[in-house]
Amino acid sequence: MKYSIFSLARAALSGHKTWQRTWRDASPKDRYDVVIIGGGGHGLATAWFLASEYGIKNVAVLEKGWIGSGNAGRNTTIIRSNYGLPGNTGFYELSMKLWERMEQDLNYNAMVSQRGVLNLYHSDAQRDAYARRGNTMRINGIDAELLDQAALKKMLPFLNFDHARFPVQGGLLQRRGGTARHDAVVWGYAHAASELGVDIIQNCEVTGFTRDANGKVTGVETSRGKIGAGKVGMAVAGSSSRVAAMAGLRLPIESHVLQAFVSEAIKPLIPGVMTFGAGHFYVSQSDKGGLVFGGDIDGYNSYAQRGNLPVMEDVCEGGMAIIPMIGRVRLLRQWGGIMDMSMDGTPIIDKSPVDGLYLNAGWCYGGFKATPGSGLVFAHLIARDETHKEAARFRLDRFRTGAVIDEKGQGAQPNLH
Amino acid sequence: MRITCPFCGERELGEFTYLGDAKPVRPAADAGEDAVYDYVYLRDNIAGVMSENWYHGGGCRAWLKVTRNTLTHEISAVEPAAGAGAAKVGA
Repeated sequence: MKYSIFSLARAALSGHKTWQRTWRDASPKDRYDVVIIGGGGHGLATAWFLASEYGIKNVAVLEKGWIGSGNAGRNTTIIRSNYGLPGNTGFYELSMKLWERMEQDLNYNAMVSQRGVLNLYHSDAQRDAYARRGNTMRINGIDAELLDQAALKKMLPFLNFDHARFPVQGGLLQRRGGTARHDAVVWGYAHAASELGVDIIQNCEVTGFTRDANGKVTGVETSRGKIGAGKVGMAVAGSSSRVAAMAGLRLPIESHVLQAFVSEAIKPLIPGVMTFGAGHFYVSQSDKGGLVFGGDIDGYNSYAQRGNLPVMEDVCEGGMAIIPMIGRVRLLRQWGGIMDMSMDGTPIIDKSPVDGLYLNAGWCYGGFKATPGSGLVFAHLIARDETHKEAARFRLDRFRTGAVIDEKGQGAQPNLH
Repeated sequence: MRITCPFCGERELGEFTYLGDAKPVRPAADAGEDAVYDYVYLRDNIAGVMSENWYHGGGCRAWLKVTRNTLTHEISAVEPAAGAGAAKVGA
């Protein structure tokens, strides 16, 4: 079905009782040209790009729970392309451009809202580093503005500008950054992919791979039976190591828990996204009025999808330090998701050493903004058996060759990225 | 999550920092590139019971070997880590 102002008006006249399912809940067939493991944003986007850009429509997306039940439903919905290193800069801008046309592409309202992403700086050295990052972005055709304190006082007058340890001197602003509605992104890709014939199969957990005599992957074993596949792509975020292990692979990845928080709804306060990196705190405000915020990962390996109190305290202290008045706001919800933390903080989109198995992993805590870009470059890799030019550096062997992309400069210690 | 330090008793998580899986062992100087690559970058990333190195920076400053379930956060054993930690208790 096609969504438009006319379909909305028609449905309104009939009391909204005529809406049909957004996408088709399929049962598995015996065989597909491509099977994607993981029905999150990345997996569904990959399926849609395979069908729409690369003409491969005999595709299944397998999801062990319900679509969007993993990190696609657990993130803080921020989109941006303010990266400084070659490899990241081009890729995230590709993704940003796809966000800007996503709703037209998918015929689905993903509530993409480009209301700006601002990173605060607190010292001359940090300002210089942000000026350099902003210049890198602008050289690459990405918007960036370095704001001084006077500009911030107009934009965010309630900040604790005279904080003793982290006085706010200014910030780096990307106006094209912002937020999108995470569930709508999942449903939008599911809707558009389903319309093109992609089978979206829920409650279908992959339990193993079937291989031929040469070791090539020929399909997957699942909780709903064996499914044959010409090629298999995995986009399973925090479960990457577990799924890869079924094919005998060890990855340069640790799974860590990241928590996020939502406050009770308040009147409009935060105009865009604001990050206080020095204090491990970032925040935006949802359309419903809740402050959506978070900070660092907990810092230990976890598959539990829940965190612990010290980080919750640390995040709230960060919020109080930079916006003292939010101490009056009550916390409404808190949750955790499992991040596939790679050893350099950068994703891996590459063929795996196992023939027929393709990797899309290592997104750390930055996977949401990458959703459309990840779908496009992963579909390109699977369809053409060659790397998309904007993902050329996201190679699995970069850890062996030394060509790591360490945006934070922390080394091979995932809990520090 | 609370960790019962063998030297300090039960303490809150905020006193500790995490290093990671206790299994990788630094290869010998002449072990070759593959062994170093494996040690520095590859991880089992276990979903289940895992042996880990933690540092009690907010207490006795000893390194500890903690046996913990990454699916539930349940801690089943805490011992002094080999080296400086173990030397303290004469282990």
